[in-house]
Amino acid sequence: MVPVSAYLVVAMVLFGIGTLGVLISRNMIVMFMCVELMLNAANLALIAFSRSLGVMDGHAFVFLVLTVAAAEAAVGLAIVLAIYRNRETINIDRFNILKW
Amino acid sequence: MSLDALIFVISAVVAVFSATMMIAQRNPVASVLYLIVSLIAQAVLYVQLGALFLGSILIIVYAGAILVLFLFVIMLLNLRGKEDLGEKSPLVNQATKFIVSILFVVELVFAVRSGFVAEGIAADAADFAGFGSVENVATLLFTRYLYPFELTSILLLAAIVGAVVMARRENRDEQQYVSVEQTPPETFKEGQG
Repeated sequence: MVPVSAYLVVAMVLFGIGTLGVLISRNMIVMFMCVELMLNAANLALIAFSRSLGVMDGHAFVFLVLTVAAAEAAVGLAIVLAIYRNRETINIDRFNILKW
Repeated sequence: MSLDALIFVISAVVAVFSATMMIAQRNPVASVLYLIVSLIAQAVLYVQLGALFLGSILIIVYAGAILVLFLFVIMLLNLRGKEDLGEKSPLVNQATKFIVSILFVVELVFAVRSGFVAEGIAADAADFAGFGSVENVATLLFTRYLYPFELTSILLLAAIVGAVVMARRENRDEQQYVSVEQTPPETFKEGQG
């Protein structure tokens, strides 16, 4: 029988990979995908806890998180498009106009 | 090893491996495809945890809609690999990435050791009939979590308006539609190159 801690470890590893991707990636779209991966890792942890505690509230949370992720993807990709239109690149190292 | 554990190990390995490949790829289209593989493996884990409805929602909404949106934007940007992504980062950034990667590996080792050594409760200790079914999820969403559920509609409305405002081309002159109609030959050439 698979213990619930095993699912939590998988969720934690996926969240860590997502964090690492946000930190080391230079492509803005890949950064957004890593944020999606982190949200999904949190979802996996919610579902695992929901299962082990025998209450389904976690499923409702996951549903709301999915909605937030969809909204975030839509707005984020629109921002990527706007930046690309102005700067002709999506390389994150080039967006340093806020640095002095 | 029981069938349950075998399915868990296979889908966990696939999910983690494709997530790693996702951040290791230089081509964003390959990254999206690896993320889809990772999401399908995670959907298998969802189903194994009894979340049948959310597992199918994950595949339909994420792999079917959101990641297609990502692919669409990547195609729309028409990235030319080397010019956009190929150059080296500054040395400070590279050092930071190196340190962060080392810390990440250390963290993973600790996480896996602490997680699997512990005896742990079985994941389906508190099972009951209809767990994770559409009916039960919907009952929760429309009774106890009705207020947050209705708030998400406002969130989605804000996201739609925000996306349209952000992605709109800022043409200050009144002739924008006329000028767009007059430029198809140029945009066609750009698309070819």
